[in-house]
Amino acid sequence: MAYKIDPEQDRVYVEEFRKNLMGHHSPGLQRVLNSLRRSKDGRQLTILMTVPFKQWVIAWLPKNRWEAIEIDDRIVFESREEAEWHVFCRRWEEATGEKIDNR
Amino acid sequence: MFKILGYTQEISVAPGETLTCKISAEENQRYFARIVRLVNGDCNPEGPGFRVDPVPSDIEGWYEGSKQSTDAGSYMVVRGLSGIEEGAPLTFMAAIWPTYIKSPLRQVILALDGGGTPLRLLIEPGGRLVLEVGDSRVQLSTPLLDRHWYRVAVTVNVTEVTLGAEMLRDFPMRKVPEEAQATLAAEASFAGSDLYLAGAPSSTRVEDHFNGKIDRPTLLAASVPVELQQPYLDRPLPPGHGSAVIAAWDFSIGMEGTVATDIGPRRQHGELRELPARAMTGFNWTGQVHDWKQRPEEYGAIHFHQDDLYDANWTTSFTWKVPEDFRSGPYAVHVKAGENSEYATNEDFIPFYVRPPREKAKRKGRPKLAFLAPTNSYIAYANDSQVLMDRGAETGMNRLLNLQHADVYLHEHPELCASLYDKHADGSGVCYSSRLRPVLNMRPRYHSWLGSHGSALYQFNGDTHIFAWLEHLQVDYDIITDEDLHEDGFELLEGYQVVVTGTHPEYHSTAMWDAMKAFLGQGGRLIYMGGNGWYWRVAFHQSLPGVIEVRRAEDGTRTWEADPGEYYQSFNGEFGGLWRRVGRPPNLIAGIGFVAQGFDMSGYFRRQPGADSPRAGFIFQDVPDEIIGDFGLIGGGAAGIELDAMNHKLGTPHHALCLATSEGHTPLTIVTKEEVLVMPVAAGGDQHDKVRADMVFFETSSGGAVFSTGSIAWAGSLSWNGYDNNVARITGNVLRRFLEPAPFEAP
Repeated sequence: MAYKIDPEQDRVYVEEFRKNLMGHHSPGLQRVLNSLRRSKDGRQLTILMTVPFKQWVIAWLPKNRWEAIEIDDRIVFESREEAEWHVFCRRWEEATGEKIDNR
Repeated sequence: MFKILGYTQEISVAPGETLTCKISAEENQRYFARIVRLVNGDCNPEGPGFRVDPVPSDIEGWYEGSKQSTDAGSYMVVRGLSGIEEGAPLTFMAAIWPTYIKSPLRQVILALDGGGTPLRLLIEPGGRLVLEVGDSRVQLSTPLLDRHWYRVAVTVNVTEVTLGAEMLRDFPMRKVPEEAQATLAAEASFAGSDLYLAGAPSSTRVEDHFNGKIDRPTLLAASVPVELQQPYLDRPLPPGHGSAVIAAWDFSIGMEGTVATDIGPRRQHGELRELPARAMTGFNWTGQVHDWKQRPEEYGAIHFHQDDLYDANWTTSFTWKVPEDFRSGPYAVHVKAGENSEYATNEDFIPFYVRPPREKAKRKGRPKLAFLAPTNSYIAYANDSQVLMDRGAETGMNRLLNLQHADVYLHEHPELCASLYDKHADGSGVCYSSRLRPVLNMRPRYHSWLGSHGSALYQFNGDTHIFAWLEHLQVDYDIITDEDLHEDGFELLEGYQVVVTGTHPEYHSTAMWDAMKAFLGQGGRLIYMGGNGWYWRVAFHQSLPGVIEVRRAEDGTRTWEADPGEYYQSFNGEFGGLWRRVGRPPNLIAGIGFVAQGFDMSGYFRRQPGADSPRAGFIFQDVPDEIIGDFGLIGGGAAGIELDAMNHKLGTPHHALCLATSEGHTPLTIVTKEEVLVMPVAAGGDQHDKVRADMVFFETSSGGAVFSTGSIAWAGSLSWNGYDNNVARITGNVLRRFLEPAPFEAP
């Protein structure tokens, strides 16, 4: 069975990810990321670059090709890094019930 | 979101030839068109900036736009079938192997239309076999199963119709024949009908495509009861079984072409449209042979798909005759229907190349340098839809998937079909890919999900980094494409002193491979500017331009695998798959071969002892650095995405110098599977020694030389710091020396 996130044990990786959103991650963080990124329902959360290198919004790929992509432009990101962190926090909360303190 | 798009009929045009442009203005809006020379397709503000240079031409101006559409899905058609008499009985039978039973759409196996009573033999959503004759309908009660062979049969005798199906192999599932009958309200008439297999005509298109294999379709002017049907699936037909035949198609004949041969007395050959897959195992495949040429009778099946496409067949919007003195290079038809916004992309850049003249006599005084545009790789990746469908993609990329308007458009338009990396809707692999359709990821500005963090360029747009570098150096060059090289062979290369590849020259035909080997054998110099080169063998169709075939056979990094028995290419009969598997590893050409890939961040190179050899002195002139390329627009380093390394066992010349080796790769840069026999517990770049690129140089015995970077990301570092960096210096040193006439001497 695939790993299930344990918030007590894995909380340490939240800070690691916040400091380094892309690239080399520790094995523990990578396991957490792989778990968070696994699609639960066949849909896929992605980002849509609406202005090249300037602006991104959330876009949901549907389970089936014949269904439409859902675009959620209520939040506009000004960098990929901003989007990565937002999605990580959102997925962490879904997986653990915990809100990450963003201050 | 994507408001205008198009394609050109030709990918490479010579001076004096005509470029055919097909544009769809999605809202029927007016648009402006012009020709531009491509310099840099990268919009990343960290780089030198997007640049296209307008080129005056007589096509420049405003056009009335219209929306164009594409009708995907393969099928067979015979127009005006003869031999069906009024009131005479009729039997159709075939072996079928359905592959998309869960489809929400009707899938028509046989349609008779246009001659009287319409007939449809189909699989309805849910999997039941259904026969519709006029307003009457009969169906079987047991749903068919995916990937099982059935003999299906339809008989119509005056007003009595019978529909039957029987599983043809009794393992591992039960074998229970089933039949159903119905009585028509009035006598059916099919005389003069058009016959369709794997689709049905509507007023404007062919729709309701069947997904799966059809083997030995047969039409008889007789009512044949179920117990007598099996011999009609034999080819040739057994003695005494030919008299009632209206048509008996044998798909094992003419495998390379688009004609379905009727071996019956009327020779009512079918026309195969939109390239269904041929050289497919039939219902009687024994597993004793894997080459369709040895026992074609076991390869009598064609696999049809709702999402096959050869030619979008759009109406021509305008044409452009290339002036006789036009400079060779990368260009695009730029069409613009308004300003871009976060909601809409209102312009498209449709790439094409101007090649040198086709006649050798006209190729005097050409530049000494040719860029070999890896158009096979572009076509192999054409409209790559993994980003839309592969739910493991984000994990592989190690960051969020980044879509653009073009990706959303592609999602909404599956009829533009997919790449050689995708699976069809039925889960089978896409083995043919054509450029005769809008290819939305072969564009300047395109930001690929497979490009590493930063500019995220891959394939076509990544290669514009090389165009920009050559422009910066003010070096004149010709462009030839993979298609040009396949068609013209070594003769096209022999006038050049240096060939520079693109960043990812992955797909080569045998003719291309032979031409490059001949070039090196006669003193040519090769700068291999990328990674994962000379990896897959492809075949070109012998009569249809612009389409290639790959069989994902045996081994290699594959996103699908060919089914057993289907490793031989239909277009030319060659064994498909990795070049490494047919005794021609990439190391024989480039000195290095594919070992690893990772798509998040790049590493860098560390200088090796080979760099200090006097033979490599010209390469490292003014480059004293230990670390090379720890910067760049593709993943932040020059060693990334796909990596190649030396291997003497695979053909790396023993005198090749290892100039530098890469390091600093992420755990998600993974060793490729053909390099390991058992899945390693630590396959990532932080732990596996094979995850590295080797930069190599070697001389050939004919006075030529090869310089290989071994990394797709290399070109993304050229422009760093205004082209003042050790990656640009090394590459420039090599190019300058390679352009000098003095021969190299192998040690």
